[in-house]
Amino acid sequence: MPEETPAVAPDYHYPPMDQRKVIGTRVSRLDGIAKSTGAAKYNSDITPKDLLFAVLVTSPYAHARVKSVDTGAAAKLKGVTAVRTILDAGKEVQWEGQEVAVVAAVTEEIARDAARLIQVDYEVLPHLVREDDLDKAGANAKPAGESVTGDPDQAFKDADVVSEGVYGIPVITHCCLEPHGLAVAWNGDHVDYWPSTQGVSDAAADLGRALTVPAANIHVEMQYIGGGFGSKFQAEAFGVQCAQLSRASGGRPVRLFLDRSTELLIAGNRPSGYGKIKMAAKKDGTITAWQSQTWSTGGLGGGGFGAELFPYVYHQVPNRRVNHTAVSTNCGSARAWRAPNHPQASFLTCSALEDLAAKLNMDPLDFFLMNAGYTARAEAYKAQLQKAAELMEWKKNWHPRGEGSGVVRRGLGLGVSTWGGAGHGSKCLTTIHPDGTVVVELGSQDLGTGTRTIIAMVAAETLGLPVSAIQVNIGDNKYPQSGASGGSTTVGGVSASTRKSSVNAVEKLFAQVAPSLGTTPDKLEAAEGTIRVKGDPSKSLSWKAACNKLGVSKISELGENEPRRAAREGLNTGGVAGVQMADVSVDTETGVVRMNRMVAVHDCGLVINPKTAESQVMGACIMSVCAALSEERVMDQQTGRMLNADMEFYKLAGIGDIGEIIVHMDITPENDKRGVIGLGEPPTIPGIVSIANAVANAIGVRVGRVPLTPDRVLAALERRTA
Amino acid sequence: MSEKKPTSTPPSKESGFSRRGFLTSVGVTGGALTTGILTTEAPARAAAPTAVGPGPVPFTLTINGKPYKVSLEPRTTLCDALRNHLEFTASKRVCDRGTCGACTVIVDGKAVYSCTVLAIDAQGRKIETLEGISTPEHPHPVSQAFVNNDAQQCGYCTPGFVVAAKAFLDHNPNPTYEDVKHGLGGNLCRCGTYVGVRKAVLEAAKQRHGGTNA
Repeated sequence: MPEETPAVAPDYHYPPMDQRKVIGTRVSRLDGIAKSTGAAKYNSDITPKDLLFAVLVTSPYAHARVKSVDTGAAAKLKGVTAVRTILDAGKEVQWEGQEVAVVAAVTEEIARDAARLIQVDYEVLPHLVREDDLDKAGANAKPAGESVTGDPDQAFKDADVVSEGVYGIPVITHCCLEPHGLAVAWNGDHVDYWPSTQGVSDAAADLGRALTVPAANIHVEMQYIGGGFGSKFQAEAFGVQCAQLSRASGGRPVRLFLDRSTELLIAGNRPSGYGKIKMAAKKDGTITAWQSQTWSTGGLGGGGFGAELFPYVYHQVPNRRVNHTAVSTNCGSARAWRAPNHPQASFLTCSALEDLAAKLNMDPLDFFLMNAGYTARAEAYKAQLQKAAELMEWKKNWHPRGEGSGVVRRGLGLGVSTWGGAGHGSKCLTTIHPDGTVVVELGSQDLGTGTRTIIAMVAAETLGLPVSAIQVNIGDNKYPQSGASGGSTTVGGVSASTRKSSVNAVEKLFAQVAPSLGTTPDKLEAAEGTIRVKGDPSKSLSWKAACNKLGVSKISELGENEPRRAAREGLNTGGVAGVQMADVSVDTETGVVRMNRMVAVHDCGLVINPKTAESQVMGACIMSVCAALSEERVMDQQTGRMLNADMEFYKLAGIGDIGEIIVHMDITPENDKRGVIGLGEPPTIPGIVSIANAVANAIGVRVGRVPLTPDRVLAALERRTA
Repeated sequence: MSEKKPTSTPPSKESGFSRRGFLTSVGVTGGALTTGILTTEAPARAAAPTAVGPGPVPFTLTINGKPYKVSLEPRTTLCDALRNHLEFTASKRVCDRGTCGACTVIVDGKAVYSCTVLAIDAQGRKIETLEGISTPEHPHPVSQAFVNNDAQQCGYCTPGFVVAAKAFLDHNPNPTYEDVKHGLGGNLCRCGTYVGVRKAVLEAAKQRHGGTNA
């Protein structure tokens, strides 16, 4: 009988590389036209009927006790529908921008007026908002304990060359262009929730807990998100309050998206990373010892770097001493920021490695290559270093540190990365309708990485159809549960669940149509828009004719990616390497650093869509240019405030600031066999240090602190000539 | 240490001078207080300023060739009028003070940051938003080129970029690569799509005007 379940589990493996029709081709993102015509509606764009606007009152102090909150005048203002105090008298604010009260009104202008009428009385308390000078951190500095491997003291004694340096990378914010925010309507026992979130399937449970509303009663929808980068997972304190405002306003929808300064103050940031680092080597360049005292802040909770991070990638240096101190500051809390802790660890480690190479009078390329045995994937790093060097014409363009003449000096630098990126838990439902329509549904989200497109590509490949034949439904918690987008886990998760649900569905279809083709289901394949007998394409039915055999019953099959089983199934794994190189020009009179080129070489297993994969890497390189040259949260210890909570002085690179970017995806049969691996995070890791190393190479002196602003470059040059 | 403060925002951004605070606190028509590109035409209209507001004022905006009657407070920016009151949401509010370009619209043929223009000052002017320039059914060549060259990721800066690129190409039909880097310096992207944007603008130039400089 056709409906019999096959005795063995279906083979979910992807077809061999050379037999793929869709996977591996360059497909334009499916929502591209919606975005580039403005038709794409983000949740900050929606204006449901009777929409109210909410505006926050936030703390101007980094640390204070709320003495009183008077919302009387605000509540009386015409047009105001509800006011809520978030921090009652007696509670403490712990960072500038923390939410104190919130008001909803019929227009945003009235809500702003009402917010200004709310009187908050504070008792100001002492604060610490800077951690760059560890000596000034006092009791806010909490050492995490020492980790020692081998005998670092003896190794430093025996060393031919010892190099020491102090390096620092500041806190940066996510600066999502669509601020954090939501629209929400709480009517009776039902909540409609339109957040800007990286986790559509998880959002209902998160908000439900805070409201004590069953998650089943919360409908979440988000078709587009204007940037998250790791900062948009939770229902915010202000988000929960907006739901309460809605309920207090008779269930009218309430919308609140943070203003730019509050976005930069409270909506997430990346912890800083400072370090005093000492390294030792033999004359031939073999590294023998590592010692690091690092410190970092991620706000009140401090910033933690595990000992396993150091030295980064070149971890198996035999003798090492690692110390870390977390510094608690009165600043907005850190959140995951593309590859948490890795850009900092790469910056600190690769800066020290490059300084050691310079002291050894070695080309850092040779130095990184010869020590690759200390990495977990020596062959991968060697191959990637060589490929990047070839694309950068490293051997032709590199010169020993500081060599060269003239006002504008050119230099090259490099950095390395590693990341996991195995797929998250994900369920997908593939439905084949009797008219041939195919719908693929997941409670996932497309952060701009191209998730929609790769889902359609995997389904199309599996069903032997063009991408345009697949309807992808995501962005709604009515679809099967799929993981939040963090840790570069989405592409592995959704590709595997889509592959499995689509294989399951097409096998059901085979069972239905096999008799009419006079064969058994196992002899059939879906290819080129037909269901046909393997090896005998003359025996075939068009896709539509095959689906017509379903009568009135559609096929709906689930597929699930279970992280523990994924590697065995061969659909996705984790673990990637990456190498980036930078070519810069430094004006030694003005201190201005200009990007000439970046080269990025990354592997991520099986690459579904090289077009969007390359975009991920290019974007990450550009983010690295921002962080290396201009981007920094500047805190003022005197006032406890952020001095650049805006986009004039919190500086992102513009279209003319980035030089040229060359991306090489390491697509090989060997990498392909590993299955799909996430790519969102790894390319954000090695770029910053490659630029910092290029500047050191150009001007002959290390600028220890990024961003490499003209004042810091000039100060370093002065030290050189002093 | 205790410090008594009468309001919630003593040392806040609201208390100091800022372009934004200035704009949102005044309600005078006549163009004398407009910023940026619009000021070039201001003197002729500045002769007899009329005080209006506070409170909503009825007026008409001409958007994508059609009149829209609105009743808005004079302090309402064109960006907020389009987004909150009229559902022209292609124009995004990001920096809200004339830095990032995500809210770019075309006013009388010139690219303008709609967050730095008061809606009431846009009366009588020809406002073009992305919705009027490009639709999914009939995408403008710039929109199509953005797709072809993957010049977008999250897409939140994209509408502003497309409008800015359209206005740029209207004035510079045959730009060089260097021209594009200068001409679109007024728009910021966080995901990092500039490489695609550069290619897209050059491709659109070829498409629209047969330009050959690349």
